[in-house]
Amino acid sequence: MATVQVSEAEKLYVLHGVRDDLRVDGRGCEDYRHVEVETDVVSNTDGSAKVSLGHTNVLVGVKAEIGKPKPMVPDEGYLEFFVDCSANATPEFEGRGGEGLGIELSNTLVKVFSNKHCLDLKSLCISPGENCWVLYVDVLLLQCDGNLFDAISMAIKAALFNTKIPKVHICEDEDGGKEIELSDDPYDCVRVNVENIPCIVTLCKIGHRHVVDATLQEKACSVASLLISVTHTGMVTCVRKVGGGSLDPESIFEMTETGKRVGKALHAPLMELLQKEESLGSKRQKVGFLG
Amino acid sequence: MAGIELLSDQGYRLDGRKATELRKVQARMGVFGQADGSAYLEQGNTKVLAVVYGPHEVRGARSKILYDRAVINCQYSMATFSTAERKRRPHGDRKSSEMSLHLKQTFEAAVLTQLYPRSQIDIYVKILQADGGNYSACVNAATLAVIDAGIPMRDYVCACTAGFVDDTPLADLCHAEESGGGTSLAVALLPRGGQIALLQMDARLHQDHLDTLMEAAMTACKGVSKVLDEVVRQHLQEMSILTGE
Repeated sequence: MATVQVSEAEKLYVLHGVRDDLRVDGRGCEDYRHVEVETDVVSNTDGSAKVSLGHTNVLVGVKAEIGKPKPMVPDEGYLEFFVDCSANATPEFEGRGGEGLGIELSNTLVKVFSNKHCLDLKSLCISPGENCWVLYVDVLLLQCDGNLFDAISMAIKAALFNTKIPKVHICEDEDGGKEIELSDDPYDCVRVNVENIPCIVTLCKIGHRHVVDATLQEKACSVASLLISVTHTGMVTCVRKVGGGSLDPESIFEMTETGKRVGKALHAPLMELLQKEESLGSKRQKVGFLG
Repeated sequence: MAGIELLSDQGYRLDGRKATELRKVQARMGVFGQADGSAYLEQGNTKVLAVVYGPHEVRGARSKILYDRAVINCQYSMATFSTAERKRRPHGDRKSSEMSLHLKQTFEAAVLTQLYPRSQIDIYVKILQADGGNYSACVNAATLAVIDAGIPMRDYVCACTAGFVDDTPLADLCHAEESGGGTSLAVALLPRGGQIALLQMDARLHQDHLDTLMEAAMTACKGVSKVLDEVVRQHLQEMSILTGE
């Protein structure tokens, strides 16, 4: 991952700040940076969203394609995740440099999002055992300044909220063969229910305390971090320890509690914002990258 | 030409443009704080993000170092969701490698590389949405990013494509016009001196028409350069207000 070099003196400064609940940029330990969300930024996709969290910038595009359901679950559709760590974010990612991080991120996303508790996968089924919708969720990292998971999860939730899957009609011909007909009307579409989609909260252990939404600099000072995905009801769907150091069980418990509290509070403003943007419809002034 | 009619009898194209009309070009410089230079450009529905890092020490193999000028390193990639059909890989395929090479060639002609011996300048472009004229949109965005990074250039590099239908040259082709299989000429121009940094033509064309087609492409490039100049001046004005000078 993109890293910064931090000297011993800087480390101590960050550490003492966190101890006194005052971080380098003036935030408290449980505060997020300024978040900006915009949906429908790429018109070639079925749903897209751009999220910036401080200097971290991600773009998510969702494309719906018709595919074959997995043999184990013939009556469900599925999601595919791909994270593109582009060289735009940092020159380290040039060529194949970003592949490792990309695979790590996408594998975690599969664990967090691709299960039936988050998303009604049955609604993605077209005809059991034969056809289903496959949602390709492609994440593009444009700028990294720590806390990728939280930004990506917010962007995925926003992009899925924005996703419009065209309605299909199944016609049967004389020989019993099935044919799928896509609706021509772009407004004749199905929306994805994003209510239960979790948001990820990453907590970084710095000294004896933990902080949410760590910048790269703070991440460099922390030993290990804990990733928690929380739904709007406060249900924890995934917990993972990331990073090289170790955590004692007691602090994991404390961090889970904080993560639950912070994560639960994250959903309401996000949904409110998305709904507000949606209600403006075509009247909305699209800003994209031009603003 | 078979298929759809690219130019109507009234002289209008598929998207309602006249033959010599460009698509709307909108751009912004300095989109990202972490890079040395960055720019975002929309040319019609084609959207590109360009980022410049450098000049910095040469990374990787020392054999790459040039002792009299800077190495220009380009990477062209397309977001997997940028095209109508989803792409499997963002970069590394044959087409993007070729595109990276073209960009490198273009910017070697424009950047004053001899000012930075033994160093490297990285130019990364990313297509967020593809709708024809990818190469030209990339060059235009990268020019702005290089300017934003404060790297001296001979002139703006402006690129534009031109096609040829029914004895009429069409400026700035969109995807529908490009995919018809007709002639497409891409030119990268240093407009002030009228120097050509890159010239590439796909499909064949009668030699007699080449002059008119080149002329059309170069006029289009000059049109783009006016827009880019406007963007740079606007950006500088905003910056000088912010810094209070």
